[in-house]
Amino acid sequence: MDRHVAITGIGVVAPGEPGLKQFWARVTEGRPATRTITSFDPSPYRSRMAAECDFNPFDVGLSQQEVRRLDRAAQFAVTCTRDALADSGLERVPADRTGVAIGSAVGLTIRLESEYAVVSDGGRRWEVDHTYGVPHLYDYFVPSSLAAEVAWTAGAEGPATVVSAGCTSGVDAIGYACELIREGTADVMITGGAEAPVSPITVACFDAIKATSNRNDDPEHALRPFSLSRNGFVLGEGGAILVLEELERAKARNAHIYAEISGFAARSNAYHMTGLRQDGREMAEAIRVALDEARLPADAVDYVNAHGTATKQNDRHETAAFKRALGAHAYEVPVSSIKAVTGHSLGAVGAIEVSACAMAIEHGVVPPTANLTDPDPDLDLDYVPITARDVPLSSVLTVASGFGGFQSAMVLTKPGREHR
Amino acid sequence: MNEFTMDDLRKIMRESAGEDGSGTLDGDILDNSFEELGYDSLALMETTSRIERALSVTLPEEDMADVSTPRDLLAFVNGQLTELV
Amino acid sequence: MTAVVTGIGVAAPNGLGVEDFWRNTLSGTSGIGPISRFDASGYPVRLAGEVPDFEAAQHIPGRLIPQTDRMTQLALAATEWALDDAGVDPKSVDEFDMGVVTANSSGGFEFGQRELENLWARGPQYVSAYQSFAWFYAVNTGQVSIRHGMRGPTGVTVSEQAGGLDAIGHARRHLRRGVRLLVTGGMDASLCPWGLVAQLPNGRLSTDGDPASAYRPFADDAAGYVIGEGGAILVVEDAEFAAQRGARHYGEIAGYSATFDPAPGSGRPPKLAAAITGALTDAGLTPADIDVVFADAAAVPALDRVEADALVAVFGERGVPVTVPKTMTGRLSSGGAPLDVATALLAMRDSVIPPTVNVAAEAVDERLDLVTGARAGHLGAALVVARGYGGFNAAMVVRAA
Repeated sequence: MDRHVAITGIGVVAPGEPGLKQFWARVTEGRPATRTITSFDPSPYRSRMAAECDFNPFDVGLSQQEVRRLDRAAQFAVTCTRDALADSGLERVPADRTGVAIGSAVGLTIRLESEYAVVSDGGRRWEVDHTYGVPHLYDYFVPSSLAAEVAWTAGAEGPATVVSAGCTSGVDAIGYACELIREGTADVMITGGAEAPVSPITVACFDAIKATSNRNDDPEHALRPFSLSRNGFVLGEGGAILVLEELERAKARNAHIYAEISGFAARSNAYHMTGLRQDGREMAEAIRVALDEARLPADAVDYVNAHGTATKQNDRHETAAFKRALGAHAYEVPVSSIKAVTGHSLGAVGAIEVSACAMAIEHGVVPPTANLTDPDPDLDLDYVPITARDVPLSSVLTVASGFGGFQSAMVLTKPGREHR
Repeated sequence: MNEFTMDDLRKIMRESAGEDGSGTLDGDILDNSFEELGYDSLALMETTSRIERALSVTLPEEDMADVSTPRDLLAFVNGQLTELV
Repeated sequence: MTAVVTGIGVAAPNGLGVEDFWRNTLSGTSGIGPISRFDASGYPVRLAGEVPDFEAAQHIPGRLIPQTDRMTQLALAATEWALDDAGVDPKSVDEFDMGVVTANSSGGFEFGQRELENLWARGPQYVSAYQSFAWFYAVNTGQVSIRHGMRGPTGVTVSEQAGGLDAIGHARRHLRRGVRLLVTGGMDASLCPWGLVAQLPNGRLSTDGDPASAYRPFADDAAGYVIGEGGAILVVEDAEFAAQRGARHYGEIAGYSATFDPAPGSGRPPKLAAAITGALTDAGLTPADIDVVFADAAAVPALDRVEADALVAVFGERGVPVTVPKTMTGRLSSGGAPLDVATALLAMRDSVIPPTVNVAAEAVDERLDLVTGARAGHLGAALVVARGYGGFNAAMVVRAA
């Protein structure tokens, strides 16, 4: 008998105030959380903005030692895990049958960079000074520590790993988790993504390729998906963790089920580490395979949650992919990007977006694309500008695209769908 | 102020974007597009960044859209150098 | 569906290329020596396994060199060797039927140190355009998929030293779902000062400066491990597809399982034995079917004891030959377990167990039959064990061709 995957718990720390409710409110209201960077002096940089989380680790109950030990991304991961488990109503997970898969693109970058600055004495020494190395430095050196912290928090003792596929990590980790449930290796998976990349080196590297918006005088409106005046993304941070359960188990304990994850596919454009061909071919293939796995025709898709990073090339690329994969239906289905609100948190954002899709299904609301006041005439789909819409949703598609050529697609469906 | 020459550009391109086989950058390539020469937008960004640092000159990104060949780039760079004087 | 390994590419401290590596491994020739890549005189650790004689320009296109860290250069070279070994031209396979899943631990760390230095010592405008991807964990998978036009499923697993088995295990999942061929394995290289300094605090590195005694797993006075760079890239295929195209194979990825240890302080035992029995069950084999174990070998006494306990629990005292060829390379993080899988396949092919070096059999936990000199004999199946820092356990069973 086929096994299916249910989302029974969600924990989110997103830009603005932490918490799932706060996140959903901001996303449906289309209130961007992008602002001038406050965590360090951004004046030497080309792009000086970020979508920052108003997150105080002590306020959310992390201990002194946890805050000392955990990089900010790990703080997000642990907080979201606790929230997701509480939300799921699962008092204890079945340890042997519970695994972990956490997405992260750039690992524990804040700590790694700040420690580098010290041991190298501001970059003065190539032979860095080991006597200044902090006790948990190894946790930052290999980001598998993210999965370890989540496993400890959840009491999971099944397979655990970090999935690191650039900007598709968040979606890919969840897809990985689904496979482990479907093949029977796990009954519960704690999965999602966490990223805290707002650090000088990350800002500088995106500056170097001009991928981020330099509309520094108007941070709130800087990330403008599908707009004629779009000029890049705004770096974001955050985390989202889902509790996934094998469907029959979830039903047997009368769990609240937000949605099922019915399909997932990851492909590669094998074209360029950062560039995208304009035809969207491989993303379209990922969409096709995900829909196939979900046993849905293209025209069953009620909402497309786009990657929508607001770079010139991305928005064109995925529009082409939608048309290729969904045909005429691409013109009928609402498509929106929540990154105008959340910024682009790299390896976390895919999981944040899956959470938004689950909430969209639960509430029957399509979140809008904020900042979309001057549409690009070459992009001619319905991108749900500014205002959310009440629409009953049965099947939602979310996509992601990442440096390295990664192209991913995931299909969520309303609970209660008949399984053939 | 010294003029920025094709040889200077060759050297910087080799450092910043490498070269496949020997001689891809040799000979008269002034009017080959960077694309034809196998240098993508990333390689070009890296190249212009190094030029900026080496010559202490700014190459405004808005104007880079019109640069598609080594001849264009040399003209652009030398134009900026002249303005500094 | 049977998953078989049709190609192997190796970049190891004791051998560049499979043949070099295997010959040196059989003869007990170690690649561990004083760190030459940077001035290590100021550090408590002086040794590492460094891949010898690797000139990137001789192995990968010049255009890729400025944008790749050494670990990616090694991965690209090893991938080409593995594809050659498999006798497959990627252009002859449908692009969506080929995938890439590699493991990684620390990204392009040396590239990253240079760019961090550029930023902090000089300023943001000195950061390379390539930093946006050259250092992140996904880069090996990305560059491999681009170079060979592989548009099928791609992924990256990070579970420290266990990650390599997770990647191969995940590649097998894709084969089960219809992908015909995947490039998998792992490659890490973090031999730069920042890389070393970031590892020191894990408290597990040997500070012994003598290559002959620094890394002695299972010895009563084991005092830590030696780090190394390198790894192995494997080409795995559906056996039917391999047969169709007339390819020979090294053996089968027969079983795989992974677990995670209970949280520290829980008082509950580690889950390594569970991963081992899980892999056996997955392979449809019993402990008696395993002819050799390639151990994880942390060389930290408490961790060695956990591993020895697990092996004894599953196989009985001295119940199976155990060997640690990584005593000749150091622990290679994400590259370590794939290299052990490659070594296991070669061992089965040639009916010889490679030795563990620098450890006297008498100095070791007597419950283990540690192979300290190359041992000939038929090998039908092998177990590879890998543990990642933090509590990751993975086990893989490979079966002879």
